[in-house]
Amino acid sequence: MPEKKQTVPFSGTKEQEEALLQVIAEQKDEPGALMPILQKAQDIYGYLPMEVQKIISDETEIPLEKIYGVATFYSQFSLSPKGKYRISVCLGTACYVKGSGDIYNALMEKLGIVGGECTPDGKFSLDACRCVGACGLAPVMMVNDEVYGRLTVDDIDEILAKYE
Amino acid sequence: MENVNLKINGLDVSAPAGSTILEAAHIAGIKIPTLCFLKDLNEIGACRMCVVEVKGARNLAAACVHPVSEGMEVRTNTPQLIESRKRTLELILSDHDKKCLSCVRSGNCELQALCQELGVADEEYFAGESNQYELDTSAAHMVRDNNKCILCRRCSAVCEKSQAVGVIGPNRRGFATFIGSPFEMGLGDTSCVACGQCIAACPTGALYEKDFIDEVLAAIEDPKKHVVVQPAPSVRAALGEEFGYPMGTDVEGKMAAALRRIGFDKVFDTDFSADLTIMEEAHEFIERVQNGGVLPMMTSCSPGWVKYCEHYFPDLLEHLSSCKSPQQMFGAVTKTYYAEKMGIDPKDIVCVSIMPCTAKKFEIGREDQNAGGVPDVDISLTTRELARLIRKVGIDFQSLPDEGFDDPLGESTGAGVIFGATGGVMEAALRTAVETLTGEELQNVEFREVRGTDGIKEAIYHVAGMDVKVAVASGLANAKEILKKVRAGEADYHFIEIMCCPGGCVNGGGQPQVHADVRNFEDVRAIRAKVLYDNDAAKAVRKSHENASIQKLYEEYLGKPGSEKAHHILHTSYVKRSIN
Repeated sequence: MPEKKQTVPFSGTKEQEEALLQVIAEQKDEPGALMPILQKAQDIYGYLPMEVQKIISDETEIPLEKIYGVATFYSQFSLSPKGKYRISVCLGTACYVKGSGDIYNALMEKLGIVGGECTPDGKFSLDACRCVGACGLAPVMMVNDEVYGRLTVDDIDEILAKYE
Repeated sequence: MENVNLKINGLDVSAPAGSTILEAAHIAGIKIPTLCFLKDLNEIGACRMCVVEVKGARNLAAACVHPVSEGMEVRTNTPQLIESRKRTLELILSDHDKKCLSCVRSGNCELQALCQELGVADEEYFAGESNQYELDTSAAHMVRDNNKCILCRRCSAVCEKSQAVGVIGPNRRGFATFIGSPFEMGLGDTSCVACGQCIAACPTGALYEKDFIDEVLAAIEDPKKHVVVQPAPSVRAALGEEFGYPMGTDVEGKMAAALRRIGFDKVFDTDFSADLTIMEEAHEFIERVQNGGVLPMMTSCSPGWVKYCEHYFPDLLEHLSSCKSPQQMFGAVTKTYYAEKMGIDPKDIVCVSIMPCTAKKFEIGREDQNAGGVPDVDISLTTRELARLIRKVGIDFQSLPDEGFDDPLGESTGAGVIFGATGGVMEAALRTAVETLTGEELQNVEFREVRGTDGIKEAIYHVAGMDVKVAVASGLANAKEILKKVRAGEADYHFIEIMCCPGGCVNGGGQPQVHADVRNFEDVRAIRAKVLYDNDAAKAVRKSHENASIQKLYEEYLGKPGSEKAHHILHTSYVKRSIN
């Protein structure tokens, strides 16, 4: 089934909107303008929420569904913002055989979000990543730049508590 | 145009330069199977059903998009090709809900037909992981069952290109790809106009109308209910296709007989209220012209078009005629005039419509459509549902006699019949408006300039010292072109007819589905429209204002066209909606 709807309220600023409108005005008559517009929109907002995609749709007359289809096709685009604390769980081979899948699932359950999403308070976002180069510590996860290794599911509460 | 010569399966074939292999093979009478291909709309060469061998080419070519060239040698039916197509089908089946016995498209499914033709022996050959989707039942008119979707993208191509709506499309990628709306909205929350062209384009049972057959049967069975039925003009032009008649057969008489045998208390005809619509609409048009009203006036019979205008051109709503559609006028008259005449409480009348249309299911639930204090129309079925209903109650359609409609709401003129073809409403309105304005009898009632299946038609008529400039558009992408001109003040039309579906109601989203291998090579719109024009030409009375039952309705009840009473019963209002 499709992933859940975004849960973080939109908080775009007027400056961001002006920057986006300028990008659209520059690009919209070029053939194939949607990709560069989406890329720049993500640069401006950090992600592509419905409000941003709607502005693009209104200005370019490209149906919202078409924009959403492109935004969900490419992994470079994110529909959710990144949290204050960005959690990445390594699902690379070594970590995976050491049980990082369980850790990833436990995090989704504890945070109430699925991979790629952000908690409604904007605190934690969760992503899967591939190999952070610390296979000797497998399974590994990172919170911002902090690395946690040799994890078990039981360690998660304690780690999250450090950021509460 | 220049021709190129090639060989297909050893036969010499000459085809216009620029043709595809599929088209050249068709000229030679050779059928190449297709699945995702819809001419002019979905030419993506994605499904690989139409693969052929081209001598010298490294890979199999998709015949639907591969152009022919001089001296090309093509083979379309080698054992390897048949095997390749079979394998493709088996892969599609690995993620397809194969509950064929209970599927609405069973017997009429393009995927099923191909599996049979190519001899797929094991539908579980590639059994493995499969996607599970919940049904989307959020729209008033239809259901999306993605478990049956094969991702051909025909629906989304039609929605975007033919209808300029684009509320459905592929989301995500790879195995997770599904056809849906933005941000997982239900279709009912989008600016879908309910035209049902996606259903008409779907090769499988992934898209279908909401079915109300059992509600109709329950009403007929209820002794307290007086159940009347009104089939739209276009239904008689296509219903026969469901019962083995060639496309283009008029089954009006058998349709009336079937409806009577199903058990409706009265078998009336939407053609009657099409005539009534003309009375009101022609009057409204003349009044707008003479009193400086908003011009151009636009027709309002097509609920898909009305909804489109509300979503996408809300600034032009004043241009829409305030007339209800024939379906709604019929219900309104049934539950006021007819109810009083017969001494029946409108609450005890069940008005059932048979429509070539799925948007009619949305329309019956609109606000301001309840002249008798109850909804004008209670249940709206599509042509396809009527066919299923006829089969369900065990009627042998082919052996039925030809019968007529009941009085008084069954009488109609040729003007009412042609409503189902693009340009028909315009022509019918002109027949009445011109005679009203000039006070003289028309020598020729046929306005041929507005006939035909072109997406946009224009004409100027000299009437009573005035040049009346008219335009006719069908298919919302064509309508959008005209509307943009109106919005920009670049169009000086007086009267515009707009039909949501390409070719008008004969090609509506509720009509019998036509497989792509027919639709890609035949003009369904023209073949069905001819039924209506022939029906009109054979009628003694061809002008709405000469319909004796309509004249009586005004004498006994409504007064004059445009009267206060007529306004209360036969006119409506519109709302602004947003784009999603």
